[in-house]
Amino acid sequence: MIPELGQLALSLALALALFLSAASLYGAQTGNAGLMGYARPTAQAIALLVAFAFGCLVRSFVVNDFSVLYVVSNSNSALPLQYRIAGAWGGHEGSLLLWTLMLGVWMTAVSLFSRQLPEEMTARVLGVMGLVSAGFLAFMLFTSNPFERLLPAAADGRDLNPLLQDPGMVVHPPMLYMGYVGFSVAFAFAVAALLAGRLDATWARWSRPWTTAAWCFLTVGIALGSGWAYYELGWGGWWFWDPVENASFMPWLAGTALIHSLAVTEKRGAFRSWTVLLAIFAFALSLLGTFLVRSGVLTSVHAFAVDPRRGIFILFLFGTFIGGALALYAWRTVRIGLGGSFLAISRESFLLANNVLLAAAAGTVFLGTLYPLALDALGAGKISVGPPYFEAVFVPLMAPALFLMGIGPFARWKGASLPELAVQLRWALAVSLVLGLLLPVAMGNWSAMVGFGLCLALWVLLTSLMTLRKSLKQTRSHYGMVIAHIGVAVFVVGVTLVKGYESEKDARMKPGDTVALGAYVFRLDGVADADGPNYKAARATVSVTRGGKAVTVLYPEKRFYPVQQSTMTEAAIDSGLGGDLYVSLGEPLDGDAWLVRVQRKPFVDWIWGGCLIMALGGGFAASDRRYRVSVSKKTKALAEVAA
Amino acid sequence: MKPRHKRIVAIVGGVVALGIVAALVLGAFKQNLVFFFTPSEVVEQKAPQGRTFRIGGMVEKGSVKRQADGVTVQFTVTDTAKSLPVTFRGSLPDLFREGKGVVAQGQLGADGVFRASEVLAKHDENYMPPEAKAAVDKAHETARTLKQ
Repeated sequence: MIPELGQLALSLALALALFLSAASLYGAQTGNAGLMGYARPTAQAIALLVAFAFGCLVRSFVVNDFSVLYVVSNSNSALPLQYRIAGAWGGHEGSLLLWTLMLGVWMTAVSLFSRQLPEEMTARVLGVMGLVSAGFLAFMLFTSNPFERLLPAAADGRDLNPLLQDPGMVVHPPMLYMGYVGFSVAFAFAVAALLAGRLDATWARWSRPWTTAAWCFLTVGIALGSGWAYYELGWGGWWFWDPVENASFMPWLAGTALIHSLAVTEKRGAFRSWTVLLAIFAFALSLLGTFLVRSGVLTSVHAFAVDPRRGIFILFLFGTFIGGALALYAWRTVRIGLGGSFLAISRESFLLANNVLLAAAAGTVFLGTLYPLALDALGAGKISVGPPYFEAVFVPLMAPALFLMGIGPFARWKGASLPELAVQLRWALAVSLVLGLLLPVAMGNWSAMVGFGLCLALWVLLTSLMTLRKSLKQTRSHYGMVIAHIGVAVFVVGVTLVKGYESEKDARMKPGDTVALGAYVFRLDGVADADGPNYKAARATVSVTRGGKAVTVLYPEKRFYPVQQSTMTEAAIDSGLGGDLYVSLGEPLDGDAWLVRVQRKPFVDWIWGGCLIMALGGGFAASDRRYRVSVSKKTKALAEVAA
Repeated sequence: MKPRHKRIVAIVGGVVALGIVAALVLGAFKQNLVFFFTPSEVVEQKAPQGRTFRIGGMVEKGSVKRQADGVTVQFTVTDTAKSLPVTFRGSLPDLFREGKGVVAQGQLGADGVFRASEVLAKHDENYMPPEAKAAVDKAHETARTLKQ
């Protein structure tokens, strides 16, 4: 009964979403205030209905309702409660529902925080978002219904993939989806502005906080995913340039470019067409990311053939939203105009360079991710593109971006003077060069790559701190920028040092054996059984000493999940600011010996720390009162003048 | 410089910069493409020496042997037609099993042994990695055409 209620709620939500988009888009076009008045309450009603449906699905998981096909595929009665709840978004159908739920959350947020916007703008934005949610609801109801019944009911479920049975996986998808879907707000604002034929600084100001907020969620989501891969996959990698990761990284790169380009559009009215295009692309890449990961196309391009309806529906949705927006863009963009002019050395051109580099980076990832898929789909052979490609391209693209990141905030709008910039920044440059090149020597092992990375990180850090002294008038969004840029510096330190100094060793160990890695000595004390609620495990005790002094004791596990007949490596990690000690159990060898891998990962936590600082900075910037107050103040002032 | 000249310089500069980026990206792309070969193709010497490539197929039953150091492992990958000996140093992935599908990346030694730098088995029990399945299908296909 409950699953049917959920399905009913989804059907109602679909009807309301269609009504919302038709009524508010038509209402805005004809200036019909009555129709536009429906936009806010309808958007909120859709969100409530989808939330209700989501609740129904979660309930089916919690009470182990194995007459629902999706529950059977992604849960098991022995699964702990928190993972049964997370199982609701462990598969294709449930993730679509989560996606739609997130869209409801963003629609509600727009309906609540848009009081200062003109009525037509709000109606158009909600209308476009309503159209997007109608597309997703229809996709779910017609091809991927999470509430589909299984008759007769199964005795038990097939269990959630053990890799997903992890606290990180409980929060990672919702965060990531908040980010993906958040870009739909920027997209809706762009389309609404195109429809109205009004792309100006006000439009950019309205879009900015929403874009930045979405970007924060995406940043945290990606960091969580990377952290999960690091400790859960068991072998200590934190980024694999795997298509699944690239799928979330592409919208992030486009979104980062969009944030910077919106700044120019708001302050100077320039880059308007480019900003709109970026807003469309950021959302297009978010859609692409969702579909790439969830449609099964990555495990096999031929997975589409299993259920051709899904593939066609996906292409249709993608074509409608993105094709429609691009057509509108082509039609309207002539009217937009170019905006303020600027000189070759100015803040605009530094931000332009930032955008070119970020867009090139996104294009690079796109090529490396989709070219092998396209080739395979055409039957032209199987190839793969590995990390060496991405690394070879990313370093030369991001190094100049980091260098310019230090200068940009010091350059004036419209036109700046190079000699003046050089005078302002010479000490920062000298200090970061000297320190960056000397620090690796102090760490005992000089390498050009580490020196280069540290120079860049120090440069970004010093110049960011210096902007705090530059002007007297400091806004919240300026602090936000400084914090986010410091986050980038922290991130670069982490990446540089872990790439430069990580070490690992595989060894055959019997209880009592030791293995040395640098100054650390790892001793396998013993291996014992340690069974969990839905798995059997062998648990090793490894004590780590340094110079005879005890550092820590680690307990890596090898787990066996009987329902899915799968084995899992649970690494044991000793984390610290200076780096991690990482031990994982390989496989049992003859007798009581085990294959053990020990690793040292210097400064690896700075990678995720940097991401969190970036997101924190974004949060600061998005909460700047300027975005909420000044518009209404202006209207008030205008009203006073009129009176 | 007149404004028109300035614009021309800016456009030329932009095109040159984009050209450099494109050349960089495509060069790196070409260098780092990893092609896929089936064990039959490798045995028939169709795979390149001294370049990294991928192979896929089934791990032959009873072929997995750890050497005395416990770290180096040897096994045979087959597409049911031909078999290829593989060596690898380190821990095998959790899903690596005899009789199951596997994909390995590495280089072919002069002795005809494939030295894997990476062994991938990102699939569940019922599911074969696409490359492994493709290799077996191709071998079956060849066998069928030979019979006819």
